[in-house]
Amino acid sequence: MADPGTATPGGYLLVLAILLPVVGMILSFTPGGRNAERIALCSTPFGFALACAIAFHVSRAGKPIVYLVGGLPPPLGIALRADGISAVMLVAAAVIVTAAAFYARPKFSTPDGVRESRSSLTFWIMLQAIWAALNIIFVGGDLFNLYVALELLTFAAVPLVCIDGRPETIAAALRYLLFALFGSISYLLGVALFYGAHGTLDISLLAQRVQATPVVWTAAALMTCGLLAKTALFPLHLWLPPAHANAPAAASAVLSGLVVKGSFFLTLRLWFYILPALPAEKVAIVLGCLGSAAIIAGSVTALCQARLKLLIAYSTVAQIGYLFLVFPLAAGASSAIGWSAGLMQILAHAFAKAAMFFSAGLLAEALGHDQIARLGGAARVLPLTFLTIALAGLSLMGLPPSGGFSAKWLMLQASAASGQWLWTLPILAGGLLAAGYVYRILSPALSDDQISLVLPPKRSQEVIALALTAIAIALGFAPQTFFDFLEIGRPVVGRP
Amino acid sequence: MTPSVLAGLTGAALVGFGLYGLILHPHPLRKLLAFNLIGSGVFLVFGIVARRGAAAGLRFDPVPQAMVITGIVVAFAASAIAVALILRLSAESSHVTLDPEVWTKPNGGDTK
Repeated sequence: MADPGTATPGGYLLVLAILLPVVGMILSFTPGGRNAERIALCSTPFGFALACAIAFHVSRAGKPIVYLVGGLPPPLGIALRADGISAVMLVAAAVIVTAAAFYARPKFSTPDGVRESRSSLTFWIMLQAIWAALNIIFVGGDLFNLYVALELLTFAAVPLVCIDGRPETIAAALRYLLFALFGSISYLLGVALFYGAHGTLDISLLAQRVQATPVVWTAAALMTCGLLAKTALFPLHLWLPPAHANAPAAASAVLSGLVVKGSFFLTLRLWFYILPALPAEKVAIVLGCLGSAAIIAGSVTALCQARLKLLIAYSTVAQIGYLFLVFPLAAGASSAIGWSAGLMQILAHAFAKAAMFFSAGLLAEALGHDQIARLGGAARVLPLTFLTIALAGLSLMGLPPSGGFSAKWLMLQASAASGQWLWTLPILAGGLLAAGYVYRILSPALSDDQISLVLPPKRSQEVIALALTAIAIALGFAPQTFFDFLEIGRPVVGRP
Repeated sequence: MTPSVLAGLTGAALVGFGLYGLILHPHPLRKLLAFNLIGSGVFLVFGIVARRGAAAGLRFDPVPQAMVITGIVVAFAASAIAVALILRLSAESSHVTLDPEVWTKPNGGDTK
């Protein structure tokens, strides 16, 4: 394997992937107003092309691509690295941000003759800021850099929650901010301890130097704790449902589909890239138990919700629980299956949940409310929206063929292969409960009741939501080469 | 007790007090102050790390000090956002609270 401290061809693409949204954000500030929308809409397809180019480079080289900022190798300089999972996440983020940008046009565009509003400007700038922060998280190779990226992500996400300024949304945003601040300061303390113990914060250098000392355990515990608060793992999930349910639909999709994945991605980096050599079976079991509790608690609470958006937000809490089953399942000998399962779950949930929130937004606009009890007959007047909800629900439940099915099937396989049968219980129970809450949405909607529309839905928005679900379904047909791609650059215990 | 150990203990105590306040105080402004207390503790730890981590024979390691400055800027920005949100909340509604029960409306669910 190549030395992770040397630059490789194609590394400049990583810089471009970060610069593009940052430049877009700064440019949006300067001319402001209706130009912010144009800048965001122009830059997102380019960002998608860049992410694809990075993925192409990684798959052709078969190893991570590296860029050294200023040409200085770590520990003095800072490295940007893109391996298999970074490339995949970059593409997923670009697709969802692009979809959110085009979906948001009817709500946040300011055509000529309409007065410019502060909320539109905020939306377009913060969307690009979230995208920039996510890209830094996916390619960052230095723990302190990643801290700054995490904070950037929070500062961009919080204004999106309270963009319409109602007091309850401000309270939700404030709660989110306080949880996130606790998370980041705890992460920062861990970073300080890592630096004090090993004199570097570069991920691959740290991986060579760490040993199972009390300092390293403390630092890892602090960072994990902080990241869990940001990822909204049960029991630190309290901030998520009101925050995600109160944001406008386009923002909810990005928050639920991508933003929580950013801090989860760092948790993966911490345990699988920096600390793979540590004997962490007990940690994995604790994280797996919290994940299982999240699956059950999130799904049951989702079943009790009266509002569609809150139901979807609680479903996010449950689906985040599945992500943490990666830790017990991808440790040990048969780790490849567990790893594929975890990444598949990230992607399938990102696309399915974004589509779900888009549809919920469409529904709320078309009907004037999002009360599940008053959805009677809505599928007759909004067939395309309900098709999207049903297909996205398919993936959330884990019915074949869908990305959600692949993820859960691989998880079951991994738990059987590694002899950890107990994890199959929450996986299967979560699937059943998910079927329950999707049924709760679809069953009244498919009834014979008469319902009238307040506003006809925008066809373009419906198509965008359907396209995202199509991706979530298509992930179910991912070939083996895709899973091999996810393995690029992953350190495995026992493999030099 | 060396100055480093004393500073380390002070940092740990600040983090502890801050965490206590952040969890137990209901008012968001107090929670924000508690967060800043944790922040001070963490920055103090960084300060000691700068002394201990100087492996290269320098008197101080400049890297943690650069990180502290960045951390202070970030914490300042975070506090500014939080204060702005608290001010806005108190302007928009009569009660400044994070209690979710207050915000669940009896009819709920209508988008406007």
